[in-house]
Amino acid sequence: MREAGGGRREEGGGKREAAGAEPVGIPGSSASRFPPPPSRLPPPAIRMTGIDKSFGAIRANRGASLEVLPGEIHALVGENGAGKSTLMRILGGLMKPDAGRVEINGRDVTGWSTNDAIAAGIGIVHQHFMLVPTLTVAENLVLGAEPKTSGVVLDYGRASEDVRKLSNETGLVIAPERLISDLSVGEAQRVEILKVLFRGAKILVLDEPTAVLSPPEVRELWTVLRRLRDNGATIVLITHRLDEVVELSDTITVMRAGQTVTRIKTSETTPAEIARAMVGREVSLSAGKRVEPITRAPAPRDQGLDVRNLYVTGSRGVRVVDDVSFSIQPGEILGIAGVEGNGQTELIEALAGLRPVSGGQIMIAGVDIARHSVAARHDAGLSHIPEDRHRRGLVLEYTVADNLILGNQKDFTKRGGLDRDHIMENAMREITTFDIRPPNPLLAARALSGGNQQKVVIAREMGRDFSVLLASQPTRGVDVGAIEFIHQQLLEARARAKAILLVSAELNEVLALSDRVAVMYRGKFAVVMPASQATEETLGEYMIGTKKGNAA
Amino acid sequence: MSESSLAGGTQPTFSGTPWRERAEEALIPPVVALLVALICGDLLILSYGQSPAAVYRLLLEGTWGNAYGFGQVLYKATTLAFTGLAVSFGLRAGLFNIGGESQLAAGGFAAALTGLALPVGTPLVIALMLCMIAAGCAGGVVGAVPAYLKTRFGAHEVIVTIMLNFIVLALLNWFIAGHLHVPETLHTPEIHAGVLPRLSDISPTFHGSAANLALVVAVLVAGAVWFYLFRTRGGYDLRAVGLQPDAAEYGGISVGRVWMKALTLSGVIAGIGGINYVLGYKHYYEDGFASGAGFLGIAVALVGRNHPIGVLLAAFFFATLSQGGLAIHAFVPKQMMDVLQGVVIIAVATSVPEVRRVLRGARKRSDA
Repeated sequence: MREAGGGRREEGGGKREAAGAEPVGIPGSSASRFPPPPSRLPPPAIRMTGIDKSFGAIRANRGASLEVLPGEIHALVGENGAGKSTLMRILGGLMKPDAGRVEINGRDVTGWSTNDAIAAGIGIVHQHFMLVPTLTVAENLVLGAEPKTSGVVLDYGRASEDVRKLSNETGLVIAPERLISDLSVGEAQRVEILKVLFRGAKILVLDEPTAVLSPPEVRELWTVLRRLRDNGATIVLITHRLDEVVELSDTITVMRAGQTVTRIKTSETTPAEIARAMVGREVSLSAGKRVEPITRAPAPRDQGLDVRNLYVTGSRGVRVVDDVSFSIQPGEILGIAGVEGNGQTELIEALAGLRPVSGGQIMIAGVDIARHSVAARHDAGLSHIPEDRHRRGLVLEYTVADNLILGNQKDFTKRGGLDRDHIMENAMREITTFDIRPPNPLLAARALSGGNQQKVVIAREMGRDFSVLLASQPTRGVDVGAIEFIHQQLLEARARAKAILLVSAELNEVLALSDRVAVMYRGKFAVVMPASQATEETLGEYMIGTKKGNAA
Repeated sequence: MSESSLAGGTQPTFSGTPWRERAEEALIPPVVALLVALICGDLLILSYGQSPAAVYRLLLEGTWGNAYGFGQVLYKATTLAFTGLAVSFGLRAGLFNIGGESQLAAGGFAAALTGLALPVGTPLVIALMLCMIAAGCAGGVVGAVPAYLKTRFGAHEVIVTIMLNFIVLALLNWFIAGHLHVPETLHTPEIHAGVLPRLSDISPTFHGSAANLALVVAVLVAGAVWFYLFRTRGGYDLRAVGLQPDAAEYGGISVGRVWMKALTLSGVIAGIGGINYVLGYKHYYEDGFASGAGFLGIAVALVGRNHPIGVLLAAFFFATLSQGGLAIHAFVPKQMMDVLQGVVIIAVATSVPEVRRVLRGARKRSDA
């Protein structure tokens, strides 16, 4: 098997050389541009050190590092936005790092191009498939390096034969004649993997390969990956699902907020430890004193928020919110914990009216708003602090004053015209109450710091008359002072008998503010428990799916 | 930040509103574009062995320097103001209306039909109102088709508006050639009512030029567009959709409804522009009268930075170039003005984000 795999790859290399002679091929000079490795111990297959990469104000990588040994399956884990994908784009030559060093098999290749990366045997299987749906499997695989008879006519027979051979060697079974558009998601992914192998990849990077797969397809993929590793391939697996990591990988690198937190042998760690490294942040919560359970008169069930059997279907027909039911009483905070990407975003968007609900009810004050427009839900008493203030929460070019009426426009309209005096009056009041700095209502929201932008959103959503608040990542990317302020605001709203749903990636924030905590895992509530009984350890096990409880 | 917290505490203030920055951002790209165009113009004129100074002097004399030339500039600027306002209105909602050409023609056609249908001696105010309503409706219908196709089926408005130009212009051509034309011509008979007074009727210095009261209508429409965009809830919603559709949706604004409204009203504005030629100049509809004014509206909107005042100024500028081409024809080909026009458009289109980035970079450096 090993020999066969090696032979295949050699053949791939030969094909590249042949292609290099043609005008469209990969430049033959790319290999000679980088100095050969000094002959010492076998160097790591990938070594990235001190990688910095910024996009404007956002620092996606801050001194990130990665070291992958040849012939291992290496899991790169971290939450959404931790910088995994950026690091892999740099590895694949799609981006150049601002600082740092990239070495492949001991060769310094910092700042190389995608063609260099492909020539050196790096193959990236993207999360979103890059296949031409109207072509066959074989045609997709040979795209860009088509075998030709006498240099002109596409030798389709040979292409098919090559693909069939590779398919048999690797166990990635697929008929070369089938059209991509006829394939299932799992089969399309197989073609993606075959494609990079066909180009002679020796180092495979798979970006969230299981996000779109069903459980049997996942198991099949694991078998294939293990076989590839045993044949000598090096595999980097990007994921944020810890069960997968533990099952498959040899070594784990954890990233958080653009930095590499730790690198450990899978056999020497536990899921709980990985989870802590992934989500645990050293934020000193000044509002961290646990809230006192308030004794309230038993409120009728139809007050607050009541969600029954909610289903939301994602882009690929996957159930991203799968039969979720819960209720929040007035004066209660329900916190949702969970590793990002388990349906929290979709749940909040469905509640807010920004994503269609495929089944179930959302009751506010006894009225089902599941099919209401955003504006109608707003009128029903729903306030929403969205997780992405730059995309959703603010119109960045609008002034602070104008942003403070977004969603409430009709309260600031007099006979179709905007009531400027009323808008300014409102802005002055909210700026003072919520201490928005600089206190200038005519400044564009873009000019404010992240914390103050978030205060504008919070001032708008909490300064109005509401009964239910959806607070999604309310303290993401704001400074410690603003975090404390936002926590106080949430607790005050709770004291004013508002029903609050809090989603946060910060486990200790959820624990400190909530009356009850739910854990979301793969679209379902894995467990709902009083916050007083929850600890990071117990929640952690539900978050990574090693423990499955019954959601109340 | 620290300054304001020291001085004002939490007391809201209006100080430090970056008017200057905004003015810089609005004005620098067109000014840079103009300079680039002037330099290109110099080189072109020199290549013909002429003196740039002499040619530019001639250009100014032929346009702003005499009453006839100035009147012609105003006449041409009027149509461009309408089409420019139409394009900018769509762009404010994030939509590219390339259909100004056919919307303008449809508006002119509807105005001519109304003018023909009205009895002789209808009071001007009534006739004008009816003609404008007809023109606006016709342009609005042409604008509503791509709007509907976009909101209902997701068809891209650029493709649909471009294609609709061919369909509408061909239909109008068929109407004129087949049914309504005066023999030996491709135009309708003269209208019975709604003839707009020319500026030369008011002040004899404009003698001979086609400038007419439609100019006043254009300025009024510009004012109305400004008021709608910046002083009404509809304008607030429309601009929010154009800037950040996701935030607009979050704010309870129906993005589809805003698109529908924006493209339809854009068509209405372009349609009303048809009165300048039909009611103000020839007093009949003639096939092909739009002759590119609809497309030039895109350039006018870009150079005018989608602001009604900017659009009026840009319309005046492009009209000057167009009229100036005739004035300098004896020395250099008038097509030189088309070249300059192209240079201005390219310069503005490319310089807008560039200039912004440069300004932002400079500001960051001065902060540090």
